[in-house]
This record gives sequence, structure tokens and C-alpha cells, in this order.
Amino acid sequence: MNTLQTTSGQRHRHWVPWLLLFPSLVIMLVFTVYPVVRSLFFSLTKYRLGMEAPEMIWFENYQRLMSSAIFHKVIANTIVFAMLTVLPSMAIGLALALMVNRKGRQVGFIRTSYFYPSVMPMIAIASVWLFIYMAQNGLFDQIMIALGLGSQNVLSNRNTVLPAMSVMYTWREAGYLMVFFLAGLQSINEEVLEAAMIDGATGIKSFRHIILPLLAPTTLFVSTIAFTNSFKLADHVIIMTEGAPNNASTLLLYYIYQQGFTNLNYGLSNTLTVIMLVLLLVFSLPRFFNQDRKIHYS
Amino acid sequence: MEIIKKHAITSFSIFIALLWLTPLVWLITTALTKATFNMSFLPTTAFTLENIEYVWSTIPFGQYYLNTITLVIITFAIQFVTSTLAGFALAMYKFKGQALVIVIIFMQIIIPNDVLIIPNFMTLSELGLIDTKLGIMLPFLGSAMAVFLLRQSFKTVPRALAEVANIDGANLWQTIWRVYVPCAKAAYMSFAVISVSYHWNNYLWPLIVTNSITNRTLTVGLAYFAKSKEADMQWANVCAATLIIISPLLLAFFVLQKQFMNSFVSAGIKE
Repeated sequence: MNTLQTTSGQRHRHWVPWLLLFPSLVIMLVFTVYPVVRSLFFSLTKYRLGMEAPEMIWFENYQRLMSSAIFHKVIANTIVFAMLTVLPSMAIGLALALMVNRKGRQVGFIRTSYFYPSVMPMIAIASVWLFIYMAQNGLFDQIMIALGLGSQNVLSNRNTVLPAMSVMYTWREAGYLMVFFLAGLQSINEEVLEAAMIDGATGIKSFRHIILPLLAPTTLFVSTIAFTNSFKLADHVIIMTEGAPNNASTLLLYYIYQQGFTNLNYGLSNTLTVIMLVLLLVFSLPRFFNQDRKIHYS
Repeated sequence: MEIIKKHAITSFSIFIALLWLTPLVWLITTALTKATFNMSFLPTTAFTLENIEYVWSTIPFGQYYLNTITLVIITFAIQFVTSTLAGFALAMYKFKGQALVIVIIFMQIIIPNDVLIIPNFMTLSELGLIDTKLGIMLPFLGSAMAVFLLRQSFKTVPRALAEVANIDGANLWQTIWRVYVPCAKAAYMSFAVISVSYHWNNYLWPLIVTNSITNRTLTVGLAYFAKSKEADMQWANVCAATLIIISPLLLAFFVLQKQFMNSFVSAGIKE
């Protein structure tokens, strides 16, 4: 009955770890594993509001999506939004990290200013930026008008709505990614950098040939976070555009929400959920090939 | 030359910092000045608390605050217990099926609850938990991030400490709470910051689950208000409402900025 035996020679008490894991495992099984199985099943059914039971239609939902112009648009939007946000926010995040990777009086203030959007809810950010982008009276349009370019009304134009949202999201995400780069930079041995300096490596050279390669594991890891974060966004679409104009700003998670809770089409929204899961899985793969990451963080 | 470069970088980083602060400054000044029609960067009208008073009396923010605070505290309290036990189990034991447990936990890290809204909503309605606070909290009560964070931290606790406790007659339960938990303070702080920020700011799931004022969270309340007022371009009021809901977390962040940033890093790199 003593701890020593349970922690070092556990042969006799197999059930103890299971008992300790039980509460967490139940929640994870019910709300992470089961819903995945559920979505897989319902993605093969026709199931809408008013139907008593789902009707098996196998791959019809998938076939329908493949030939749906809206779905193509949604996937294109999701990928374009990821492209417009992931690389810029990583590049800016790294640049910010390089700038604030030092000691000094103002460094705390500067880091705080870059990071604070990450502790604001996305809907608050969207509300503020909605006003910034507002036609005529918004800050952006006033600057445009002052510059003689005229009112742009970026959120109502199908060519500019995603880029406008991307600027907002990059502003938010860059500071968040910065802290990971900062952690990565701080784990780089200073002696290595000093040795490089003595050998005559200056700013850009030491960045390209020393810092960047040493940051590679961080960068890979950050890219997986950045991609998955960009995929699971819907809040700002609800506040800013609701997908307008003409689905030009409908992202995948918003589309799932819309199909499930506005159109009450459970079959199709589960099919879309499965597609989202595939997307997340593909973009999380680098995490599995990056086992030595810990070395660079500890 | 070096000094000039240093100054240039500092100045530039301050310039970017000010640029980054623009939306927040605009939000605060708009919330605290008399409403205008045109959006201007610097306030052109007089200071007033009218907007704050107006939204506070129009929206049941008191109730929303209470709901969000209740959710945040109870969620964290339960996560604290469930994750401590699970983290301890994974740190201290080797057992059959452990790999499977790790896979399940890893699944939650790759598949955030945010994307499972449809199947989880179906489960929740079958459980009869729609429009309940429990329903909002339930999917988050087993946290993979916290389990990994605590497991890592427990592993670094010297065995000798547990052995001493054991000699003193402490049982397993007492050893966990009196020896291991106090040793993992830093991990708990990180996980508290992440959990509180996430649940304070979460929107989509509470939006779907709730449909009454008694359960609505601050974010859901704000969104309803903002959407109804945006058409009339009541910027000042929307800004005032936004300020009311973001202030507590933002103030906590400004005070504990280092702790916050470290927490986000350690929670991100949790596997």
C-alpha cells in the first residue's frame, strides 16, 4: 500500500494509472475521438432537419461537393487565406523576434505591443477592423480618399475582402508567432554567434548561414501552428461579412457552421467536417517528423 | 556605425509597436469620447463616459460577466484536477495501452474542439445539455495541452521527494497533491493563463450552445450587440462594449506580460 511500490514497481496495480487517466480520457473519447467517428459516419448519410433518421447515401455528399461551385470557392478561399496569412505572419513574426531579441528598457513595452492582439478575442478584433474597413467613414477609406484614391470599401469587393481580412489576421498572428521565434532564438548558443562574428560573419550573413538553419525546427513547428490556426477561423467572418460578397469570404469552418446551423444540413456539414479533418491532418504531419525539436527549446 | 544601426533598429521597432497599437488606441479613444460620424485616428470630440454607461445599461453585461467568470473558473478548476491526475499517470507509470492513450491525447492536439462543432453539438443535444453552462464546458474538461504540460513538469520532480513523503506515511493521493503539485507551479501558471485566455475569448462554441441570456458569455453578448448596431454605425457604443469585455484580460496581460508570453510558448510546444 505504499507509494514507492506504486511509482516504481507497479506490477501489482495495473489499474492505478487507468483510474488516474479516467476523467480526462472519458472527455477526450466523447468529445474528440467519438465526434471524428461520428462525422465519418454522418458524412455518408443524408440527414437534414425534419428527417427522423439519417439515410445512407455513401459518397453522394462527397460527389456533390466535388461538383459544387460554392465548395470549390470555399476551399480556394481557405487556401488563399492561409497563403495570405501564414507566410507574412511568419516572416513578420521572425522579424519582430529578431528586433526584440535583446535587453533594454523599452523591450518589454515593444514586445507587449506586438503580442497584445493575441489576448483579444477574435470577435473584438473583427469589430474594430470592421470599422477600420468601413466604406467612406472608416480609417482605411479616409486615408485612401485623402490620397486621392477614392473610397475602396474593401470588405464589399470580392477581390479585396480576403486580402483585407488577411491584413487584420496577420496583424494579430505575427505577434503570437514572434514568441515562438523568440524562444528559438534564445536557445541558440551565443558562443556560436560570437564565433561567427569573429570569423567575419556580419548581420545578413550570420542570419542566413547560422541563425536561419538553427531556427529550422522552430520554423517548421511554427508553420504547422500557423496553418492550423488559419484553418480554424470563423469568428471574424460571422462579424465582418457572413461570407459576403457572394461567398467571396466564406472560409471552411464558417461554411461548416452555416451548413450545420443555418441550413440544418447535418449530413453535408459532417462531410465538410471530415474534409477539415483531412486538411488539419495533412498540415500537422511535419510535427511527427520533427521529434528532435525539444533539443532546441529546452 | 554599430551604434547608429542599433538606434535605427530600436526606433524602427518602436515605430512598429506604435503602428500595432493603433487599433487599440482607436478603440479606447472612440469608446471614451462623444460619438462622431467620421472615423478619425485621434479623438476630435470631448471625453465622456456616456457610451460606457449606455451599453452597460442596455446590455445585461453584469449577467454576461458572471457567466463568463463562472465558466472560466469552473473549467479551470476541473481541468486542474483531471489534468493533474492524467499527467501524473503518464509521468510516473509504464503500463499496457500507454501508447494508445498518447495517441488519443495527440488527437486532441491536432484536432482542436473548434472544428468539431457539428458532431459535438449533436452529442450535446442528445445529452440534453444545450443552453447549459455544463454544455459549454464539457468538451474542454479533459485538456491534452494541460496533461502534456504537467506530465513534463512532474517528470522533473526528484523521486527522492516522493520517497520521503512515502516514509512519512503519505498515500498516493497525498503524494500527488502535497509533493508533485507544488513542484509544478510554473506549469500550472502557464496552463492557467492559456485556459483562462481561451475560455474568456472563445466565441463559436458558446454561440452555438447557448440561446438564452442566462447562459450567454461576454463574447456572444458582444457579437449580438455589435451586429445589431453596426448597421447604424454606432461605433462609439460598439467600441465601448468591446472595451468592457476585453479589459480584464488585457489588463492582466499588461501587468503579467512576461508570464503570458512564456505560457503561450510552453503551451504551444507541449508535445
